[in-house]
Amino acid sequence: MKKIISIFVLALVIFSCGKDNDDNLTPAQPQVAVTFKFTHNWDGTTVNSSNLQTEVVTNANGEIMNMTRLRYLVSRFILTNENGDSFNFDGYKFTNLADESTYNFVPENNGIPAGTYSLKFIWGFNELDNIDGAHPDLNSASWNWPAMLGGGYHFLQFDGMYNVNTTPLPYNFHNGTALVSADVFEQNFAQITLPSSLEITNNATIEVKMNIAEFFKNPNTWDLNVLDTSLMPNYDAQKMIQANVQSVFSLGTITQ
Amino acid sequence: MTKLLTYSFLLFCFLLTACSDEGTEEYVNKPTAQPLEIPPLFAQLIINPVIPFDNPQTIEGIALGKKLFFDPILSANNTQACATCHNPQNAFTDSSQFSVGIDGNLGIRNSMPLFNLAWNYDEQFFWDGRSFSLEHQALVPVEDPVEMHNTWETVISRLQQHPEYPNLFSAAFGDGIINKEKATKAIAQFERTLISANSKFDNYLLGLVELSPQETNGLNIFMDEDRGDCFHCHGNPNNPLWTDNMFHNNGLDATITDIGLGAFTGDPADNGKFKSPSLRNLKYTAPFMHDGRFASLDDVINHYSEGLKNSPTIDPLMKKVAQGGVQLTNQDKADLKAFLLSLSDASFVNNPDFRN
Ligand code: HEC
Ligand code: HEC
Repeated sequence: MKKIISIFVLALVIFSCGKDNDDNLTPAQPQVAVTFKFTHNWDGTTVNSSNLQTEVVTNANGEIMNMTRLRYLVSRFILTNENGDSFNFDGYKFTNLADESTYNFVPENNGIPAGTYSLKFIWGFNELDNIDGAHPDLNSASWNWPAMLGGGYHFLQFDGMYNVNTTPLPYNFHNGTALVSADVFEQNFAQITLPSSLEITNNATIEVKMNIAEFFKNPNTWDLNVLDTSLMPNYDAQKMIQANVQSVFSLGTITQ
Repeated sequence: MTKLLTYSFLLFCFLLTACSDEGTEEYVNKPTAQPLEIPPLFAQLIINPVIPFDNPQTIEGIALGKKLFFDPILSANNTQACATCHNPQNAFTDSSQFSVGIDGNLGIRNSMPLFNLAWNYDEQFFWDGRSFSLEHQALVPVEDPVEMHNTWETVISRLQQHPEYPNLFSAAFGDGIINKEKATKAIAQFERTLISANSKFDNYLLGLVELSPQETNGLNIFMDEDRGDCFHCHGNPNNPLWTDNMFHNNGLDATITDIGLGAFTGDPADNGKFKSPSLRNLKYTAPFMHDGRFASLDDVINHYSEGLKNSPTIDPLMKKVAQGGVQLTNQDKADLKAFLLSLSDASFVNNPDFRN
């Protein structure tokens, strides 16, 4: 019995000691934790679970369109400081705009020294992660990309109607591995590097903004009248989305 | 000093709980844990099933749930059991378009097959998702006027006076009164054991059998965005549930009368949306759709091929709605059907554990 008590007290002591670290008693290299918070907008108009299905927007090519569903995948977050030290975060982030509980990403291995950083992450999965069927949570969400198109996972599923002011027609703006020809596939992820520098002084929530309109803007002005559905097996469409995603993300505010 | 006090207090709490734990053990009639047997394919490919922390699977709970599921005692006039409309031979649905309640009245929806329900991660049950959790769902049919048309009060008093049920309830949930919460917990435990994972296609994925060329082509049509494009809503070889358990309008009607999910959420954008059914066991579950409008699988395939009707909430994945559908050739239709039937699991409908 005495043993149990001492173990218990010891545990309490260890626990309380661990807690003290937060109080900056060791000012040399305080470790801070980061949370990534993704927000979404269409050229500045916030899009979230409450207005996703009701917002009517106009794309760069002039089509008036609505949005039914928007889900996407990003992975391999890396913060790099001014000395060039990189801090890699495990895991990936699967966001469903209809479900606000998916907007935030709190990496499991989390703790970096305060400093000035730049942020990189991967749009979709790179070839190391994009393994067919390897991620049970994504399989459970039916997020798979067909084996005949190279397998692995969707990076983006964006569905809705365009020309809603005249004759509405569906669009299925989906992105993943590109099919070159039968059984020949090309990686189609994108390395996203956000230019601004991040001053991280304390536990921080970093806002990453997605401007959905940018998918249709540059370098390729997207004409939904030509490319609306069955884009998954269409090599050129896949590569155009990969190019356009580069300007979709930007840094927002940091709260710390 | 305050620290010392806190520690002593915590220690005291700790000892207190430790003691009370030991104390109760002697008195409670403890049921035997019987965790779900997760099929290897499910364990490998998808995340764990949902088991509520306050309703673990037990041998006694499952046995009680099974007895209740097959017992007409739940209905007002003792003529109808859950199994009347959820028949094991039909993968736990029935073969009528609308099920007949005890008073001979017809409901407005087609009965639903019951399997792999613990993998419905969002726990939204019924065609329109209006019931959260199996425990809550099981409360509904007993009092539904077009189904068992009973009251739980009556059911409980019948169970209390029954020669066997009081002992079965004590064995499953310890001593104490019989109530509807215990009854529905037991039914939910039994329902969670209804696992179907032994179709030809499952065995193909496990490397035990080959698909025929026709079935292989059918799978390709299912997965091809240019042809069937069924996989965005109905699973794929890496999602053995063969449903997304989400709600869509798949183009059945131009004018929507049964608004489905919309009646539950109150959002007009949800009108006409119903839960995508699993495509397992279609061999046993006709007729199809929420209103049982299609008598055969051919009717369903023709619907997606050339019968789509436009409406304001139609899912954009019904991309060829302007042409009436995805326009499959007769050969593609036959192959798609062959593939769909490879998802049927004879060992499930014949499982003696699931019979009365
Ligand atoms: C008169 C026929 C009838 C009886 C009796 C009946 N059901 Fe049902 N069941 C249905 C119908 C019809 C639906 C679909 C109703 C809807 O969506 O509005 C359904 C749906 C369900 C579902 C939802 C499945 C899913 O995947 O969402 C479950 C679970 C279920 N029933 C269990 C039971 C249980 C348990 C009992 C006995 C307590 C029972 N049913 C009695 C006809 C019946
Ligand atoms: C947009 C999502 C979606 C797509 C794509 C889709 N379905 Fe469905 N499917 C549904 C929904 C939702 C229902 C139920 C609709 C209802 O009852 O109102 C359904 C019902 C069915 C049923 C009836 C099952 C039953 O138990 O009643 C079958 C069979 C079926 N679909 C097969 C297919 C096939 C084959 C394809 C491809 C050609 C396909 N579906 C494409 C969403 C979809």
